[in-house]
Amino acid sequence: MPKDSTFWHLPRPEPHALAVTFGFEGAAVAARTGDTVASALLAAGHNTFRTSSVSGSARGPFCMMGACFECLVEIDGISNRQACMIQVRAGMIVRRMVGARSLVGDAGDV
Amino acid sequence: MSEIIDIAVIGAGPAGLAAASVTAQHGLTVVLLDEQPAAGGQIYRAIGSADAHLQDILGRDYAAGRTLLNILDQPAIDYRAGATVWNLTAQGNISYSLGGSARTLSARHVIVCTGALERPMPFPGWTVPGVMTAGAGQILLKSSELIPPAPTLLAGNGPLLFLVAAQYLRAGHRPAAIVETTPWRNYGAALGALPGALRANSYLRKGWALLAEIKRGRLPHYRAAKNLRALGTAHVEALEFRAGGRQRRIPCASLLIHSGIVPNIQISRALDLDHSWDPAQRCWRPRLGAWGETSLETISIAGDGASIGGAEAALHCGRLAALHAAWRLGAIESHAEITRLAKGERKALAVHHAARPFLDLLYAPPRAFLDPPDETIVCRCEEVSAGAIRGYAELGCLGPNQTKAFGRPGMGPCQGRYCGLSVAEIIAAARGIPLENVGYYRVRPPIKPVTLGEVSALSG
Repeated sequence: MPKDSTFWHLPRPEPHALAVTFGFEGAAVAARTGDTVASALLAAGHNTFRTSSVSGSARGPFCMMGACFECLVEIDGISNRQACMIQVRAGMIVRRMVGARSLVGDAGDV
Repeated sequence: MSEIIDIAVIGAGPAGLAAASVTAQHGLTVVLLDEQPAAGGQIYRAIGSADAHLQDILGRDYAAGRTLLNILDQPAIDYRAGATVWNLTAQGNISYSLGGSARTLSARHVIVCTGALERPMPFPGWTVPGVMTAGAGQILLKSSELIPPAPTLLAGNGPLLFLVAAQYLRAGHRPAAIVETTPWRNYGAALGALPGALRANSYLRKGWALLAEIKRGRLPHYRAAKNLRALGTAHVEALEFRAGGRQRRIPCASLLIHSGIVPNIQISRALDLDHSWDPAQRCWRPRLGAWGETSLETISIAGDGASIGGAEAALHCGRLAALHAAWRLGAIESHAEITRLAKGERKALAVHHAARPFLDLLYAPPRAFLDPPDETIVCRCEEVSAGAIRGYAELGCLGPNQTKAFGRPGMGPCQGRYCGLSVAEIIAAARGIPLENVGYYRVRPPIKPVTLGEVSALSG
């Protein structure tokens, strides 16, 4: 059943399995194989992907095609990844981007 | 040592697939680079995996794109999915990232088929989570079979808005309303172009059918809506607007907005090619010859990235650019031969283009979204308001490129994709001069973010 503010999957006689599990902000999220990080998070009811770098306001996916950069998240320690362009993998660790990325302390993208 | 090939095609939508097909048929080696995980562009997104049920929901025009994927079976085409191009030089050298590593290739000719973006539609509240483009809603349906949370509102204008409404109805999801922003005067203006559009009557028939389907679905349809404002902070809660002489407020859990599409010119701008202002579609487009050729002989542009004409027109443009490139590289001997081969394409193209003036006039973007109220965030990345931009103009700022020094619009990660046109419109209006005189941002590579680690691995 659709919840408030949650995207829902097209009803199917045999629904697709939620076969991939990844982490978002410390919680487990189940996704379909082939989902992007953005579509999986929206389907799981997460709408705020980051807070903006100037005012700290909530932001979420806007264009879903890699152009607007509103869906930026941290994936496996690398910041500013486009959630709409990256497919989910089991065990991925995803976090919200809080403001602008810091120049020091990020692993993996020196 | 960089890989050397005959043809690189950037973008695997209809124009790119057609261009790759024709160049490969003439014996050239082709690398087709596409950023998305599967070919088809946005229009035929996920066409390879959509089953009959999803194809029924998305409609016959979408399903028709399925056969285009057969092009990828041509052995001379090396198709690389998930390849994000971040630089292209005038000599045909391409830098791209694939699977987390940067690579380069060198092409004797490059055909750029990077398609369209949705036109920015700034109004107060359009940055709140839950507000997304109608295209984004459709992408979620095509790729992930996702339906937005109810109540859903669709606001703006243009064919895509109505198509998405119809697709949701077919999927069993009834949007709470369509809030159409087409001003009344657009209907009168478009009427004069109707006879010309009758040459392309398939577009008109499809349009009427869509509107009839929406009517049968009994969607509340507000017209000539203005003063839009999305409410909510953590998530969109309602849309306020004025229509029919009354102020209205409709609660919503998702708000899909649309105001037409414009060419994605990031690459042609980064190459500093000549662009001209299209006053009918209110957008910039690269200045091209009849074959999609640019002022750089190694580079052509085809499809909606050249000029908005739709998927079918893009196929013909892709083939024309390919024929010219094949002739340039000597794979077709005489120019007379490509002229002969192009005849059918040009004839078909003329029919598709016949519908444009009518559509451009009917769905001309309302002034309110080109020159929005002061409080509206225009540059979403750097959070620069329309009022701030007017302030820069008052201080003597001449155009979009200069605004960067005043307050950073266009300097965030989207590199101006969703504010460039708005900033130009606002400054042109504030200075009282034609838009073509204020120009655009100077776009610089990398046109997509790439890590220093990737770049340094390239040189090492």
